[in-house]
Amino acid sequence: MSQELYTNLAIFVLSLLVGFEVMSKIPATLQTPMMSGANAIHGVVVVGAFAIAAEANNWYFYLLAFLAAFFSAVNVSGGYTVTDRMLGMFNRPKDKPADSKKEGDQ
Amino acid sequence: MTWLQTSASLIYLISAVCYVIGVHMMRSPKTARRGNILSGIGMALAVIMIMVELIDQGKITLTGWIVLFAGLLIGIVYGVVKARKVPMTDVPQLVSLFNAVGGGAAATIGIFDYTHEALGTSLSLAFSIPVLLDIVIGGITFSGSLIATGKLSGHVSGKPISFPGDKLLNGIAVLAIIVAAVWMIGFPSAYWPLVLSLVASLVFGLLMTMPIGGADMPVVVSLLNAFTGLAVAFAGFVIDNQVLIIAGALVGAAGTILTLQMAEAMNRSVANILAGGFGGGESTGSGAGTEVPTNVKETSADDVGLQLAYAHNVMIVPGYGLAAAQAQHEVAELAKLLTDAGINVNYAIHPVAGRMPGHMNVLLADVNVPYDQMKQLDEANSMFENTDVSLVIGANDVTNPLARESGNAISGMPILDVDKSKSVVVIKRSMSTGYAGVQNPLFSEDQTSMLFDDAKKALQDIIASTKQYLD
Repeated sequence: MSQELYTNLAIFVLSLLVGFEVMSKIPATLQTPMMSGANAIHGVVVVGAFAIAAEANNWYFYLLAFLAAFFSAVNVSGGYTVTDRMLGMFNRPKDKPADSKKEGDQ
Repeated sequence: MTWLQTSASLIYLISAVCYVIGVHMMRSPKTARRGNILSGIGMALAVIMIMVELIDQGKITLTGWIVLFAGLLIGIVYGVVKARKVPMTDVPQLVSLFNAVGGGAAATIGIFDYTHEALGTSLSLAFSIPVLLDIVIGGITFSGSLIATGKLSGHVSGKPISFPGDKLLNGIAVLAIIVAAVWMIGFPSAYWPLVLSLVASLVFGLLMTMPIGGADMPVVVSLLNAFTGLAVAFAGFVIDNQVLIIAGALVGAAGTILTLQMAEAMNRSVANILAGGFGGGESTGSGAGTEVPTNVKETSADDVGLQLAYAHNVMIVPGYGLAAAQAQHEVAELAKLLTDAGINVNYAIHPVAGRMPGHMNVLLADVNVPYDQMKQLDEANSMFENTDVSLVIGANDVTNPLARESGNAISGMPILDVDKSKSVVVIKRSMSTGYAGVQNPLFSEDQTSMLFDDAKKALQDIIASTKQYLD
């Protein structure tokens, strides 16, 4: 096994563990925004679209690079926008101190 | 390492840290929005850095830049416009669509690199295995998520779709993927294994999603989301970019946990959901919960208006039917009318009410329902005894008292104790069973009356009659 593969594999496995750890119990209210937020993060594939565009040198590869750029741009831009819109709706209660009394239930 | 390579590595590291902290912050409502913005900043850093790297390398052709930016621009415009304009009821299918294109992008990168490298002679296992996983998983999530989008938006029937021989075809698809895998790893210079693996994984994604009922789709979308994360991580192996590996693995793992939690909230197991065929309308249960309730009382919008106008405490129980009828504006209007008349109005929100866990909170927040009126399961259940009128709108299984007994499809599911309130009004289109296919004895209880109508229309009528009695 090459050093490069080993490094990548180690990063992969450790990142999986971080993912499992960071995601403890999520309140149901936040599950949909969380899914949408995670969806936006895998939009990082856009970096890959840049990387392959650099290697493209004929129409077939240009077409694939275009497709990858288009797909990933939809994923990343739409993903962050819709997540932010959803989460923005939960922010209103903050300017009302009224909901501090609801801590007392079982 | 040159100066630029060093700073690029560090910037990618910072970007990865932003995702992890961002996800961590998204677990609490107070910090969720900032968490998402932080993860977005990480993303921007990664994109800027790869651009700087490309400029520095100078390898990319002018056509390459044009093609890249054309794709990005069209994609950004499309994505942002869609995300800004989508009504909150349609968010689930939009997330699924964004997930589909993410998987598509990962698969495309795999296809690109395989064909690019395969022009040479032999490929190392370190290359061919990740590239294969990238293409196969990306292909599955692409077609699977598109079907899920179709099912959620109604373009594809939400009912479980199966046909004779679908299991066989599924088996053939799996076999074809294995054949393609062996072929690709053994003789990596040929194009055909690529075509075979791509077609087989697209077919598999299609067949995997088709037999699953519409109400299970959220869990499937979440699972496919985790898949896309893995596909992106493998794309990272292929192009040797660590930020893709970290972010992809993070989403893969976090998405898996989220999927399990969603399934748990719906009282279903993931394996059970993937087996499909659930909720097709055909009665699968036996014993408890199959007999149709008799002596059901029907009521009118006028009567409901009267009840509400003379109540002190009203609990609104919104469900899938409310989201489907897009009646959230009417509900908010009715609640405001009652609140203004001095009546105490709250909403009892079941964790899986709506089309996805937490979706109902988003829908109601969108129409300016005050946050402190939205009561979660435990809090709502402590309030039903003092509730004069519970108004159940398009909810069924989450109110079914049979869940407290054993031996039926919903046994053990946490429910809202609507039956404890003094009077219950259920707005529903018909007596049909809910998603679980279990009859609801709540409908035939003494204090319950039914209003058979579309949620939106019924609420409009109730608003009109309530106004009349409040004057």
